[in-house]
Amino acid sequence: MSAVLVATVRIQRPDFDVAAEIAALTQGRVDIGAVVTFSGLCRDEQGALSALELEHYPGMAEAEIGRIATEAGERWPLQGLTVIHRHGKIAPGENIVLVVAASAHRQAAFEAADFLMDYLKSRAPFWKKEHRTDGSEGGWVEAKETDTQAARRWKRPPSE
Amino acid sequence: MTTRLIYFAWVRERIGMPEEDVELPAGIETVADLLRWLRSRGEGYEHALQYPDVIRVAINQEHVDHREKISGAREIALFPPMTGG
Repeated sequence: MSAVLVATVRIQRPDFDVAAEIAALTQGRVDIGAVVTFSGLCRDEQGALSALELEHYPGMAEAEIGRIATEAGERWPLQGLTVIHRHGKIAPGENIVLVVAASAHRQAAFEAADFLMDYLKSRAPFWKKEHRTDGSEGGWVEAKETDTQAARRWKRPPSE
Repeated sequence: MTTRLIYFAWVRERIGMPEEDVELPAGIETVADLLRWLRSRGEGYEHALQYPDVIRVAINQEHVDHREKISGAREIALFPPMTGG
């Protein structure tokens, strides 16, 4: 197996630039054949949401995402990995989370990005609170059982 | 020994503070014991922890389950199921 993966993990309030993050990961490299990028955006389905407020556990958020990234690097032959998660108030249409996974061939990058997002959803210490356009608080977003199940499917190690 | 307790999201709101330092009484050995003891400390705690099964716990910034021993923990965080991503 290749060298130990050095993942970039950032927890930040400001927005990120997706193209710049891909460029930073691939610049000067000729061994990368596939880059899979996932961006998660703040969504408003009913026109009633003014913002999501993301609370996080400073220290543990970085540590936990680092542990998830390390596991991804052990399970798939990745050439590079960047994970960025924002906190604070985020308006509909804005970015929340970014995963960029790079590998020699596409399957590893696709699977690793999928795994990263499922584990981020169920294990990274972030919580979303809704703020409504009428000025009221919409309450805390509830965890979805479908997200827990999505994470569970990775329990079985990938077949050799 | 003093233990720092940290609360997030609606656990923090219901208890009414983001963190506190406590002296754990003798006999509090596991996370489940801690949750039971905290519930007896007042209305806010009772409201936050009335369904202990949903409370997620991290010791020294790592996820643990409710059977975990808490001896030696510097920092114990209590929070609802996570909704990041």
